[in-house]
Amino acid sequence: MTRGRIRARLRLSHLYTFACTRPEATEEGPHSIEGPGYSRIVHCNQPLMHKKKPFKYRSNYISTTKYNLFTFLPKALYEQFHRVANLYFLSAAIVSVTPLSPFSAVSMIAPLVFVVGLSMAKEALEDWRRFMQDIKVNSRKVKFHKEEGVFDYKSWKKLQVGDVVKVEKDQFFPADLLLLSSSYEDGICYVETMNLDGETNLKVKRALEVTLPLDEDASFKNFTGKIKCEDPNPSLYTFIGNFEYDHEIYALDPSQILLRDSKLRNTAFVYGVVIFTGHDSKVMQNATKSPSKRSRIERKMDYIIYVLFSLLLVISLVSSIGFAVKTKFDMPDWWYLQPQNTDDYYDPRKPVLSGVTHLITALMLYGYLIPISLYVSIEVVKVLQATFINQDIQMYDEETGNPAQARTSNLNEELGQVDTILSDKTGTLTCNQMDFLKCSIAGTAYGMSSSEVELAAAQQMASDLEDQDVERSTDFRQKGKQQEIELETVVISEDEMVHKSPIKGFSFEDSRVMEGNWLNEPNADVIMLFFRILAICHTAVPELNEETGSYTYESESPDEAAFLVAAREFGFEFCKRTQSSVFVRERYSASGQTIEREFKLLNMLEFTSKRKRMTVIVRDEDGQILVLCKGADSIIFDRLSKNGRLYEEDTTRHLNEYGEAGLRTLALAYKRLGESEYSAWNNEFQEAKTTIGPDRDLMLENIAEMMERDLILVGATAVEDKLQKGVPQCIDKLAQAGLKIWVLTGDKVETAINIGYACSLLRQGMKQICITEISSDAKEVVKENILLQMTNASQMIKLERDPHAAFALIIDGKTLAYALEDDVKQQFLVLAVQCASVICCRVSPKQKALVTRLVKEGTGKTTLAIGDGANDVGMIKEADIGVGISGVEGMQAVMASDFSIAQFRFLERLLVVHGHWCYKRIAQMVCYFFYKNIAFGLTLFYFEAFAGFSGQSIYDDWYMLLFNVLLTSLPVISLGVFEQDVSSEVCLQFPAVYQQGPKNLFFDWYKILGWMGNGLYSSLIIFFLNIIIFYDQAFREEGQTASMPALGTTMFTCIIWALNCQIAFTMSHFTWIQHLFIWGSIATWYLFLFVYGRLSPSISGNAYQILVEALAPAPIYWLATLLVTIACNLPYLAHISYQRCFHPLDHHIIQEIKYYKKDVEDQRMWTRERSRARERTMIGFSARVDAKIRQLKGKLQRKQPSSEIHSPARSS
Amino acid sequence: MDTDRERHRARETAFYLFTQQSLPACKPVLTPGWVIAIFLFMGVIFIPVGLVTLRASHCVVEIVDRYDIDCVPEPSRMDKVSYIQDDSIPKNCSRFMKVHKYMKAPIYIYYQLDNYYQNHRRYVKSRSDKQLLDGQKYHDTSSCQPVESNNNRPIVPCGLIAWSLFNDTFEFIREGAELKVNRKNIAWKSDRSHKFGKNVYPFNFQNGTLIGGGKLNPEIPLSDQEDLIVWMRTSALPSFRKLYGRIEEDLDVDDVVVVNLMNNYNTYSFGGKKKLALSTSSWLGGKNDFLGHACVFAGCSSLTLAIIFMLLHVKYRR
Repeated sequence: MTRGRIRARLRLSHLYTFACTRPEATEEGPHSIEGPGYSRIVHCNQPLMHKKKPFKYRSNYISTTKYNLFTFLPKALYEQFHRVANLYFLSAAIVSVTPLSPFSAVSMIAPLVFVVGLSMAKEALEDWRRFMQDIKVNSRKVKFHKEEGVFDYKSWKKLQVGDVVKVEKDQFFPADLLLLSSSYEDGICYVETMNLDGETNLKVKRALEVTLPLDEDASFKNFTGKIKCEDPNPSLYTFIGNFEYDHEIYALDPSQILLRDSKLRNTAFVYGVVIFTGHDSKVMQNATKSPSKRSRIERKMDYIIYVLFSLLLVISLVSSIGFAVKTKFDMPDWWYLQPQNTDDYYDPRKPVLSGVTHLITALMLYGYLIPISLYVSIEVVKVLQATFINQDIQMYDEETGNPAQARTSNLNEELGQVDTILSDKTGTLTCNQMDFLKCSIAGTAYGMSSSEVELAAAQQMASDLEDQDVERSTDFRQKGKQQEIELETVVISEDEMVHKSPIKGFSFEDSRVMEGNWLNEPNADVIMLFFRILAICHTAVPELNEETGSYTYESESPDEAAFLVAAREFGFEFCKRTQSSVFVRERYSASGQTIEREFKLLNMLEFTSKRKRMTVIVRDEDGQILVLCKGADSIIFDRLSKNGRLYEEDTTRHLNEYGEAGLRTLALAYKRLGESEYSAWNNEFQEAKTTIGPDRDLMLENIAEMMERDLILVGATAVEDKLQKGVPQCIDKLAQAGLKIWVLTGDKVETAINIGYACSLLRQGMKQICITEISSDAKEVVKENILLQMTNASQMIKLERDPHAAFALIIDGKTLAYALEDDVKQQFLVLAVQCASVICCRVSPKQKALVTRLVKEGTGKTTLAIGDGANDVGMIKEADIGVGISGVEGMQAVMASDFSIAQFRFLERLLVVHGHWCYKRIAQMVCYFFYKNIAFGLTLFYFEAFAGFSGQSIYDDWYMLLFNVLLTSLPVISLGVFEQDVSSEVCLQFPAVYQQGPKNLFFDWYKILGWMGNGLYSSLIIFFLNIIIFYDQAFREEGQTASMPALGTTMFTCIIWALNCQIAFTMSHFTWIQHLFIWGSIATWYLFLFVYGRLSPSISGNAYQILVEALAPAPIYWLATLLVTIACNLPYLAHISYQRCFHPLDHHIIQEIKYYKKDVEDQRMWTRERSRARERTMIGFSARVDAKIRQLKGKLQRKQPSSEIHSPARSS
Repeated sequence: MDTDRERHRARETAFYLFTQQSLPACKPVLTPGWVIAIFLFMGVIFIPVGLVTLRASHCVVEIVDRYDIDCVPEPSRMDKVSYIQDDSIPKNCSRFMKVHKYMKAPIYIYYQLDNYYQNHRRYVKSRSDKQLLDGQKYHDTSSCQPVESNNNRPIVPCGLIAWSLFNDTFEFIREGAELKVNRKNIAWKSDRSHKFGKNVYPFNFQNGTLIGGGKLNPEIPLSDQEDLIVWMRTSALPSFRKLYGRIEEDLDVDDVVVVNLMNNYNTYSFGGKKKLALSTSSWLGGKNDFLGHACVFAGCSSLTLAIIFMLLHVKYRR
């Protein structure tokens, strides 16, 4: 509380020039808000008024669940029977109660109930989890004004419109509030809107002047007021309303509105009035409905089901026509059927009727073509796959203790087909922590530590040069060695750094300036000035950490905090801020003692995204007036005086280096000011500050501009926006896997570009296409201009000749709003797709979702959105796959996501390993499923042709029931769960293998029809070979001929063998589980047959003793099994052998290399294969390193054209 | 203790490997070598097997005689159906079968019917296994439609299959002497002992207005009515042979067997053929050249593939 009071003395609004100087009077007058869209009336501090009708608004209870108790059954059932196959089985189950059914009713109904029940249970469980999360949010507590100036806690869901609430530091706002007052005297508060727009720099909100006295609990005793404002809407950045208080009307604007799900920071407490509750709040209005997502394969599966349905219909029609014909013409002659004595079904006098009824029977009989167990098997497989994803120890984050989580198991295989990744920036790519890494002072570069980009480049080059050594001439090798040594030092210095205890925000390492050594540097005075600028020119507030005795800093942007930490480490510790002064403790002064210096703060011209610079005017203890300025290099360089450009050339070079190393840079400058000069300016400035009117801002800016002129350059800073662990490597691998990565961020353009560099999404030499809007009032003009920019850019890309040229598209939110309009968006998409990387800055959550939809629908490819905050929820829901980063405070992203991972870098493993596996598993599994059911189902049809199309099945009912349930299901599940074409390490080493998914090599129609053809072939072989072998001859030495059960059982044995051998040929990875399931299935069949034959004949019927007595002793039974099994698999085997040998796919080659253990014996070949398997990438480390190497090679060749001995071309 | 802990740890690591999907696995790869070896192996297996099978098949001697037309007297051939349905006309008929090769006992006697849909759904379903086992004690004969009862009394055995029992009979005479035909043990033992009741006697059988096939001796229990048992094993295909009995004497080359048969069974309505077949058997069963041919064909295909792959591999060596 004391902290709050200390700060309460600060009136920050007096410090700031631009950000929070709204005109204080109501000179604009209240908004005229009449008519539709502005009907909301809020009676402040009178929540009871909102219990009755015209003012009764929605409660603050939120629900994100799909179902509730009553809608669950109908809705979930509807979802289930949405699937064509389920609908078919439902009708089959209904018909199965009638005598038309060829099978018993139970055997039709039981599987359906099982399948649908299982899927619904899954749905229910998932919704239950969402429900629990809602409960958690709804029961958060907040302090509200109870009565008579007393505040009490109440849960969020009970909050009502009109309530006055008190929100304390680091709490979330429970609803959209009108800010009344804060712990600061001038009613300012800081808000973190991370969950809304992903921005991490704090935003300043400011209360109306009139409500400032309401800064104590007691003052709300008699407070009343009336707010008239707009109706609930999703726009986060607008608000129009009037506040009626004390018979006066004041206009309200967005700077007084605190939005739900944003967080109070750096402010002890605020008071506010609830305006929008629950689903009316802006953040909830932004929430898009979560669609139930289905994977591409599953959607395609529906088409296959349609194909199978058509096939089913055709053969059923053939059968029923055949039956009708047979019944009409032949049946009267078949006296043994007593045709004169039949019911309608077999009545030869009514062939049409019997044909129609037979159609139903046939549809059920051949129902085996439609794999009912497919859905349930896929569900089971996906749940198991999801378990594997959850269990993967390599995606477990030890710091937060969060494992990866597949929150819906519907989309596992979709992970293997991703084409475009849309990523949030803050919290996803970066940790949102800045590290002071390097600086350039007076034209000298300081700082030995390397950024992550440099490190990786150095390592890659070192290994590359080593490689070249072997082939290049000796003197050239020396050159290479030299460089290697240089590079090694870089690497070593990094190693040393690891041992030091890290200071948060400070990774600087250079003994020349540390520990006061800067005093001995040639430009010590400039260096001191540099540090002072760091320590003084900012808007942060220090906070004493009482345990360690050192200061921590709370600032609007993490950059500033990093500067202050750096200044502290250099010996310039910013320790106190008062209304008019900044106090700095200088440790290494000439006298060698710590001196606390006071700098009188005369003016502050703070940072805005438009100005891109910040200036403070201070008077030091000697009375000297200093203008200290920091800002974007281009801005500062434009404002240097003639004699201030001494270090410009060196600094520019350093800045370029820093930029290339992925660092955020700022230039620092200063000037000294004479007293008279200052007072002249200050008078003008104060005058402008008190002006009232619309051009006040413009005037202020112009006057500020006058001061920030004729500066003297001091140096530049380089701050690393600390990327999350492994992000650049992960992006590199993903790029190698052929994935496109778009960054959608709410951040500023510069920040985004810097991160682009740091992640290697951008690099020097890449052509950046920036699409910006021109400032013009006419929308048409702006749009016209944007279109023109896009057309030009497209032209430029078309005309580009250099194959290595890469383009980057950078666009900001306002421009994007135009680009996303219906008539422009196609062009925008075409342009964006041609660019290697796309960065969208300052985008709202809704825009993120819109961009995602554009990519998804425009390219028709699979998109993956990854983000961590509530601002990413829209795109996470919109994308084909949404991935949430878990382990951060807000859980909204995770709750909306399909998968959650703890860190961005796990995305690589999630996609390249699990995605790839799951895709292939499911694809192969589905193909195999169709194969097996066609192979089996068609034999039933062929038999009909031999049984007068009467609907008799050659197999025992029990065989049919067990076929899908027991005898062929487990192997296919093991294929779906355990198959690995290549091991996980190889997947990671050869990211290009991933492309098999996006190219859909394993589930295209060619493949599917191939499998179906294989099924057709197998069915023909199984049926006709058996029929001919067992035609009319005795099949045993004892002379018995084969009856229907004997032939049926033999045929079924062949099917079991053929199908299981087929799956064994399909698999490439056998653990004991696969062996158990495949060979176990075959064994189970014999076991079943044995046991079934042992049962009393009243149960087993014709199959009584069939194996033991009839079949097993007959050699022909075994011989037929062998022959049919081999004959079924021969063509497939020949096909894959041919493919493997002569048109091998990537994984075939890798498997073979691994098989021969070539990777161990021949490391070089292995690495060569690896680098060859890389997708041609334009982004990522590798691309950057490649570019660097190209550049370097060019240089080397130019340097020593004579000594170069051409090495023989590398064999490939 | 130690072993317990070790076992526990082993189980834990096994589970860990399972969850990490890194269980030890064998990863067979179809390298060219393996491919060629597999095809060669299949060829090497199938060709000899096929040859052996063919040999077995060739050892089987079979004589088939179609008699359905020839046993109808010339004048009645225009309307065979009324001939067969007319009970007053004697149906006996004599056929001569010449043995062209030495036939070793036992020689199996089959009757063969064509275009006879014993696998028709209506037909297959029309029986009651429970009644066959328990006789009249079992009352529910609804599955036997349309031959379930007559004059309100149940029929044993009920159903279309039993009702349409085949009733041609055959006698064999060689050189004047009757050949002994063993008609026991032609049905599966399990059928006789477990599916057809020992104390169940035919009842009310073929008493209705519609007479189907053969009649049964009501004195003999169902379990001994082997003709019925064989008949009730419905065939899978519309053309089938069923075992009639065994001749337990060898037949020499050029022996002529005279068959005296009673041509009772009506296949004329639906144009079905009736044949009589005498056949010896081998370990394989009856004469079955197809299986041997198929095996040889499969073996040859495999060998050809092996050779093609070998050539391709040599030509396009990687």
